[in-house]
Amino acid sequence: MGCPVTCDYGTAIRSAFEYLLETYPEVFVIGQGLWSPWYVGNTMTDLDRKFGVHRIIDTPVSESACTGAGVGAALAGMKPIVLHPRMDFMLYAMDAIVNQAAKWSHMVGGHANAGVTVRAIINRGGEQGAQHSQALHAWFAHVPGLRVVMPATVADARDLLIAAVLCPDPVVYIDDCWLYDLEAELPPIRELDLSSIAPECLRMGSDITIVAAGFSTKLALEARQELASQNISAEVIDLRVLNPLCIDPIIQSVQKTGRLLVVDGGWRTCGLSAEVIASVAEQVSPRVLKRPPGRITLPDAPAPTSRILEEIYYPSVATVVAAARKILA
Amino acid sequence: MEMRELGDLADPRQHQEPVDIGGEDPAFLVIQLRKMLTIRLVERHLALMRKEGLIGGPVHLGAGQEAIAVGVSGCVRSSDRVFGGHRSHSHVLALGASIHGLLAEVLGKETGLCRGMGGSMHLWDGPRGFYGSVPIVAGTVPLAVGAALAAKLQGTDAIAVSYFGDGAIEQGTAQESLNLARMLKVPVLFVLENNLFSSHMHIRLRQPHDSTARFAAAHDIPFEVVDGNDVVSVHRAAGHLVDRARQGEGPGFLEAVTYRWYGHVDWREDVDVGVNRSAEDLANWRARDPIARLSASLEAAGFWSRSEEAALVDALEKEIAGAWERAMGDPWPDQGALLDRVYAAAPSL
Repeated sequence: MGCPVTCDYGTAIRSAFEYLLETYPEVFVIGQGLWSPWYVGNTMTDLDRKFGVHRIIDTPVSESACTGAGVGAALAGMKPIVLHPRMDFMLYAMDAIVNQAAKWSHMVGGHANAGVTVRAIINRGGEQGAQHSQALHAWFAHVPGLRVVMPATVADARDLLIAAVLCPDPVVYIDDCWLYDLEAELPPIRELDLSSIAPECLRMGSDITIVAAGFSTKLALEARQELASQNISAEVIDLRVLNPLCIDPIIQSVQKTGRLLVVDGGWRTCGLSAEVIASVAEQVSPRVLKRPPGRITLPDAPAPTSRILEEIYYPSVATVVAAARKILA
Repeated sequence: MEMRELGDLADPRQHQEPVDIGGEDPAFLVIQLRKMLTIRLVERHLALMRKEGLIGGPVHLGAGQEAIAVGVSGCVRSSDRVFGGHRSHSHVLALGASIHGLLAEVLGKETGLCRGMGGSMHLWDGPRGFYGSVPIVAGTVPLAVGAALAAKLQGTDAIAVSYFGDGAIEQGTAQESLNLARMLKVPVLFVLENNLFSSHMHIRLRQPHDSTARFAAAHDIPFEVVDGNDVVSVHRAAGHLVDRARQGEGPGFLEAVTYRWYGHVDWREDVDVGVNRSAEDLANWRARDPIARLSASLEAAGFWSRSEEAALVDALEKEIAGAWERAMGDPWPDQGALLDRVYAAAPSL
C-alpha cells in the first residue's frame, strides 16, 4: 500500500488509514488537527488531499460532540474513526465513549453496536506537564464493552488499527508519539479479527517474564538486551489488547520463568500493572512464583513540567533493568 | 429576529381552544388523534402499574406532551434516524412501535424492544427508525448529529431527529452539537420539547430567558417555535424544517412548548415538589390538552364524534390490557444475556 518494506510506526499508522479509506467507503475520520501536521505527526499526512475533506473532517474544538457524532454515525452503518491528538483533551468525550458507545449493545439487547474507533494519542515529555501528558489506557480498559488496543510494534500499529475499525464493537486505539520513529520491516497488510488477538511473546527467555504494552514494550525490549549482557534471560510479552484482557500467555510464561515484572506507562494505583499481577496471582500456584512480582509505573503524581522532575517521572531502560535485577537478586 | 421569551406560549391559560385544522387532511388527523390517545393510555397504564409496584424501575412519563412526538413523526420515514432521552415512550410509540414490545421492555422481559436489557429509559426500535434513547441528559444529541452526518456521507435523503429538552440544552455537548451540525451542514432536526422543567427546576431558575430557540439563532440554525400542544402546528413546522434538511440545506430547530402532567418520574403529580409547579398551573395545562383540543376540532368539523372516541378508548384499553397481560407472562432474559450482549460477538479467546 505504498509503504516501503522497512517502515516507521507513524507511517504504518498512516498506511492503515490509507488502506481503510481506499477499501471501505464507510470509513471516515473526524477530530481536531486532521488538516495539520502539528497534531498528528506523520500519521495522516495528505490524507485530506487524497480522500477529500468530506471524509477527513477537521472539527471545531468540541471533543464531546465530535466523539458522540462518531458513535451516532457508527449506529447508522459507518465505520468512523474519531481522533484525539492528545488523550488529555479526550476527557470531554467520556460520556460518548463510556456511557454511550461502551454500553449501547448491552442496553439495546444486542440489536445494535456502536462500532466506532476512537484513536487517542499519548503525547508526553518535552516539559508539557500535567494536562499534556496522560496515558489513561487503564481507565478505558476498566469499562466493559470497550475494546482497548495499545500497539507496540510497527506491524501492530497498522494491523490493529485496521482490525479496530473493522471490529463491530467500540474500540479505543491508543498510540504513543514516542514510538513514531520506531522502524521495522513491515509484512503485507492482514485483516485481523480483533477478538482473536492475544498478548504476544516478542522475545523468549527463561529467568523472568516482563509484561508491557505500547511504549513500555519498547522499554522492556531494550532492557532485555541490557539484561542479556548481564547473563539474565528475560521473556518479553506485549499485551496488545488490554480489554478484554487475555491472561493465558502470561500465566504460561510465568509458570516457566517463575518471576514477573510488569512495566506500565500509567499510574500505579488501580492500574494496568495491578490487573496483570492480580490475574497472575489468582491463577498460578504460590509455589510457582520464586519471588514476589514487581512493577514499574509512573509515580502517583501528575506529570511535572520541570526537566529535573520529568527525568525521574518516566520509567527508563535503566529503571526496568534495575527492577528486574532486584527480582532476580 | 431572535426570540428570547415565549410569552403567551408559556401561559397555560391561553391556547386552550380547539386547534386550527383548516386545510388539513381529516383522515390523517384522525390517525394522529389515535396515536396521541394510544400514548396517553399506555402511559396512564404504566403510571398505575408503577404505583401498584408491578414495575420495578423508574418510568418518566410524558402525558400532556403527546402532540410533539406525533406531529414530528408524521414527517419521519422508517429510513430516518431518531434519538430520544429519558422520557421517550411517546417518541417510540409515535413511530408505530409495538405496545406489547414497550410494556415487555419496561418489565425487563426477553420479548421487549431491547430484549429486556433497556427498561423504560433505554429504548430501541431500529426497523421503525428509532435508533435509541438513553437517560444521560443530552447524551444522544451528538449521536443524532453523527447519524445525520452518516446520512449525508451515504448519499441518502434520510434525516436524523434529536428529541431533547429545556434541561438538555444547558449541556455543553448540546451546544457543541448545534455548532457541529451547522458547520457540517447535516440533515438533523433538533426537537426541543420545552416543558419548562428540568426535573424539579423551572426554566426561570436555570436560564435568563425561557425560549431556547435563542440558542438556534446563536448557532445560525433556522428555527420555529410552536405550541407543543397543537399537533397541527407541530407537524406543519416540523415538515418545513424536515423538507429543508432532506434537500441538503442543513439542520433545523423546532422548539415545542408543552408541560408534563406527571412529575419528573413515576406516577405522582409532584405539585410543590417542583419549584414553581403549582396546582393551578397544572390544572390550566390539563385544560390545554393536545388530545381534547384536536378531538374538539374534528368533532366541530364533523369528522369525529364522542361515541367514536369512546369506542376507540375502549378498544385501546383492551389492547393495552391484553399486551400487559401477555408481557407479564413472557420469559425473562436468559442469564447468559448478562455477558453475551456486552460485545457484538463474544471474545473468541
